[in-house]
Amino acid sequence: MFQRIRERISPTDVVMWLIGGGLLFLVVWGSIATLIKGTYTARHWIDFIIFGLAQGSVYALIATGYTMVYGVLRMINFAHGEVFMSGPYTAYFVAAWFYRTGWLDTNPISCLAAIFLVSMSVSVTIAFFLERIAYRPLRGAPRLIPLITAIGASFFLQYLFRGLYGSSFQAYPDIAMLEGHWVIWGIRILKFQAVVIVAAIVLMFALYSFVMKSRIGKAIRSVSEDKEASALMGIDVDKMISMTFVVGGAAAGAAGVLYAIMFKQVHFFMGFIPGIKAFTAAVLGGIGNIPGAMLGGIFLGLVESVGPSLFLDGLGIVAPYQLKDAIAFTMLVMVLIFRPTGILGERLAVKKA
Amino acid sequence: MAMLEVEGLHTYYGHIHALKDVSVNVEEGEIVTIIGANGAGKSTMLKTTSGLLKPRKGSIRLNGEDLTQLRAHKIVEKGVVQVPEGRRIFGTLTVMENLDMGAFISKDTQKNKENLDRVLQLFPRLKERSKQVAGTLSGGEQQMLAMGRALMTEPKMLLLDEPSMGLAPVLVDDIFDTIRQLHDAGTTILLVEQNARIALQVASRGYVLQSGSVVLSDTAENLEKNEMVREAYLGE
Repeated sequence: MFQRIRERISPTDVVMWLIGGGLLFLVVWGSIATLIKGTYTARHWIDFIIFGLAQGSVYALIATGYTMVYGVLRMINFAHGEVFMSGPYTAYFVAAWFYRTGWLDTNPISCLAAIFLVSMSVSVTIAFFLERIAYRPLRGAPRLIPLITAIGASFFLQYLFRGLYGSSFQAYPDIAMLEGHWVIWGIRILKFQAVVIVAAIVLMFALYSFVMKSRIGKAIRSVSEDKEASALMGIDVDKMISMTFVVGGAAAGAAGVLYAIMFKQVHFFMGFIPGIKAFTAAVLGGIGNIPGAMLGGIFLGLVESVGPSLFLDGLGIVAPYQLKDAIAFTMLVMVLIFRPTGILGERLAVKKA
Repeated sequence: MAMLEVEGLHTYYGHIHALKDVSVNVEEGEIVTIIGANGAGKSTMLKTTSGLLKPRKGSIRLNGEDLTQLRAHKIVEKGVVQVPEGRRIFGTLTVMENLDMGAFISKDTQKNKENLDRVLQLFPRLKERSKQVAGTLSGGEQQMLAMGRALMTEPKMLLLDEPSMGLAPVLVDDIFDTIRQLHDAGTTILLVEQNARIALQVASRGYVLQSGSVVLSDTAENLEKNEMVREAYLGE
């Protein structure tokens, strides 16, 4: 009896469970201590949650790109953060021009539409050529090789944009229409955050319906499931893989504008952290699963925003918000250890015939 | 001129010489079968015909048109559709979505609707399950779906790879009844089967493949009587 238990549970497992359990204990204890201490009022928590939702929905949009590419190619496109950066960084110049001419204040909606359009087109173009030039020639190579190429492509794009646009931070112009706040059901919500959340939800809905309902979307799903069988249906597999990068690029380009609206600045390195966060979100939700990536993104945004104050403040940590990245990546490691399939990974997976 | 002319095919899997000078002809409206043991090269032969594998030498022609260098999805557009071994339906898509994918190359909605009706008439079970996720179908239903999906574009030529694999005997009979119906409706079929007995019953002619080479080709009737075939493939 004892022997059998020892065979089944290795010492590593015990250590892992101890670490996991310890972290869980810290989180619970910290949360209770914070709530008893009462540094934050309900107003604060609501602000944290709304900010988390806004940030999370941007992660969610980027994460769909990771997850769709993983679906069709079983590779992590580590240059996706740069696809995300390229759009809003280019659109910055358009936005600045609109600002100088005064159109941004007189016609904010059409200006925003143009900014979105420019950002999305640039990201789509970068994503398309990224696949064509960096990944397609390596189709069929061992899985480590495209991964290394992706990291190389990521550096290439970062320094390409640094060379093109310079290495300083550029401040996105303020959009007067999005200043101030609304009061909805007695909750004060900053206008730009509300717009970011609503826009992201609309975009995610559009993307999801495209993948579920359109002819191309169904073909992309077929290709992620079985490339040979798809080719036998007359589906051009390479074209669908390109389409996947295009759709993911469009989502990233749109997410980039939302990000710029939230943080009001762009930079050649701005894609790195959101990119890795979105990758974390995709893994949290179960990589390859689109609703999972969306859910994972929003969840990560919330934990990052609410987590530091809730979990850490009560433990007497002085600047808990500085630890938000530590919380996000701890979560990534914990998910990889305890539930590698992610939140929605296993439940939705259908056993193949 | 035969409808499908495969001539002097040499296909390699890496360093393995899987097909050695294989030539097969199929006339319009015929059912031709390729029989042989596991690993004889039957599936390789079909995959080369449908463009999933590229031959190192040899040619594949459909009604005189050269298909050898075309990629798989282009060959489908020419009217040659393969039902792959192991069915390979899209398990996470619904039955209806699988059938939609079968009609991917055709944008003629009126025609697609007619073909869908025809397929659902042929396989009424698929109609009952149209909204179901295909991965939850039984093995027999999955085989029906795989065939239905391939029929959505009215192929000139159907390549069937081991349609009986993994099915209970009753279901095998059902599938072969369907194959006969398709034949009666004028579809040309190239059938690869390990179950040589049933394959020779529906086919008019057959080829015997042994370690990558055609060792025998004759009418199905003669093959059934052939000493070597009886001993090696019919288990008598």
